[in-house]
Amino acid sequence: MKRYSGFQLVKHALHHQENWQRMWRNPQPKKHYDIIVVGGGGHGLATAYYLAKLHNKSNVAVIEKGWLGGGNTGRNTTIVRSNYLWDEAAHLYEHAMKLWEGLSQDINYNVMFSQRGVMNMGHTLQDMRDIQRRVNANRLNGIDGEVLDAKQCQEIVPIMNCGGSTRYPVLGASWQPRAGVARHDAVAWGYARAADALGVDIIQQCEVNDIIVEDGTATGVSTLQHGVIKADRIGCVTAGNSGVTAAMAGFKLPLESHPLQAFVSEPIKPILDTVVMSNAVHGYMSQSDKGDLVIGAGIDGYVGYGQRGSYPTIEHTAQAIMEMFPVVSRVHMNRQWGGIVDTAPDACPIISATPVENLFFNCAWGTGGFKATPGSGHVFADMLAKGKANKMAKPFSMFRFHDGALIDEHGAAGVAH
Amino acid sequence: MFLIYCPHCEEHREEPEFHASGEAHLARPEDPEACTDEQWGEYLYFRKNPRGLHRELWVHSAGCRKFFNILRNTQTYQIHGSYKVGEWLDVEAHPEQEKDEVISS
Repeated sequence: MKRYSGFQLVKHALHHQENWQRMWRNPQPKKHYDIIVVGGGGHGLATAYYLAKLHNKSNVAVIEKGWLGGGNTGRNTTIVRSNYLWDEAAHLYEHAMKLWEGLSQDINYNVMFSQRGVMNMGHTLQDMRDIQRRVNANRLNGIDGEVLDAKQCQEIVPIMNCGGSTRYPVLGASWQPRAGVARHDAVAWGYARAADALGVDIIQQCEVNDIIVEDGTATGVSTLQHGVIKADRIGCVTAGNSGVTAAMAGFKLPLESHPLQAFVSEPIKPILDTVVMSNAVHGYMSQSDKGDLVIGAGIDGYVGYGQRGSYPTIEHTAQAIMEMFPVVSRVHMNRQWGGIVDTAPDACPIISATPVENLFFNCAWGTGGFKATPGSGHVFADMLAKGKANKMAKPFSMFRFHDGALIDEHGAAGVAH
Repeated sequence: MFLIYCPHCEEHREEPEFHASGEAHLARPEDPEACTDEQWGEYLYFRKNPRGLHRELWVHSAGCRKFFNILRNTQTYQIHGSYKVGEWLDVEAHPEQEKDEVISS
């Protein structure tokens, strides 16, 4: 891999930027790999990258049925934060946050990580009590956070309606200055390029249609395009499709897949230099570098795989955004789309061994997976390399739904379930 | 927007009047105290979550407030029918739907 640098940019400018090296190879799959990662989104590619970089595993394949980052990695609203309530979740997301802070240098790819701060709004007295509690918990875990009152919110976001005229008035917010946004495509591409350079085979347009289980042990995957590919260990990072992949291996997961939608407006001049989220009124908004407003909604209540959301949810979110930001009332929306999020009953991920030997799942990131991409990959790579959960992954076993040790993060999840 | 038939009201109404309540036909264990943690956990949390035909429980929350079941395809979002709790809607009558269910189960 040729490293990207300012010098390379100048050099290629002399050739009209036409001779850049391809970012990754397009290899034919081998018959056998040490480890197969099913799913080429951000989490899967990050897993492969850390396997190769930290665990010396280069006989690794990432198998993706579509194109890289075409699922939830390319469909989220790119928010990165780590202000979760419980120790287990806070440690995991903060681990990801620390990796984000050095990610562009680490993978030699500009992921445009912008720590512009994230504000989680409170609209009722109980919201404010929950915010106080969460910020206190965050600070005890070494995560930055502040409680803002309505006046301080107004100073940071002048266009927000913090007056008393709204149905759900802004009373304050929790504020994490180190949080922010990153460019989601660049995360997938950057990890893919860096993993490929370390010898990982990235196989796109290859759909896994069965997981081969012999005597309770997974030995490989069957694919539509390339037949059977054997592996010593298999890691499924299939997000919304995790229920379907688990069914291939013959077990159920404590998941429901729901559509979660987002929309972006036409590009306008800069009006918002931070991220505003409101769990109570179900809307969140930031402004991209292009100038479009990126708006996210709550999930649709029913199980769905259609990658599109319903109109009532769009209307509901538009109402919430309009009430908080009356100034955007005449901005046109350009595009709307949905991603399929796999939600667990406690709004926390599953990073876990399964009833099938040598088969591991990293799923249930639900509505907030993007922010955890580096941490998720880092922890899951450790699990795939060693065959067991490390300290950080242990609380996120799927078997917590048998023994009852749930980690309730509905309050910090930020999106209405 | 779904147009949903409520078998209690015997009318088609729009989606915002309803609330989805997840997988249908989950029988609560007769004697919860006799369940192992695993059995109880499976009942509470583990779901089929299929891509394809799905039998699910809905409630007409802004209408008659009664629960009923819907047979719906989670991929195409086509609703094949509504039926009351305790009843059953046959898929066998529609061969193409049966195929869907085989794929999803």
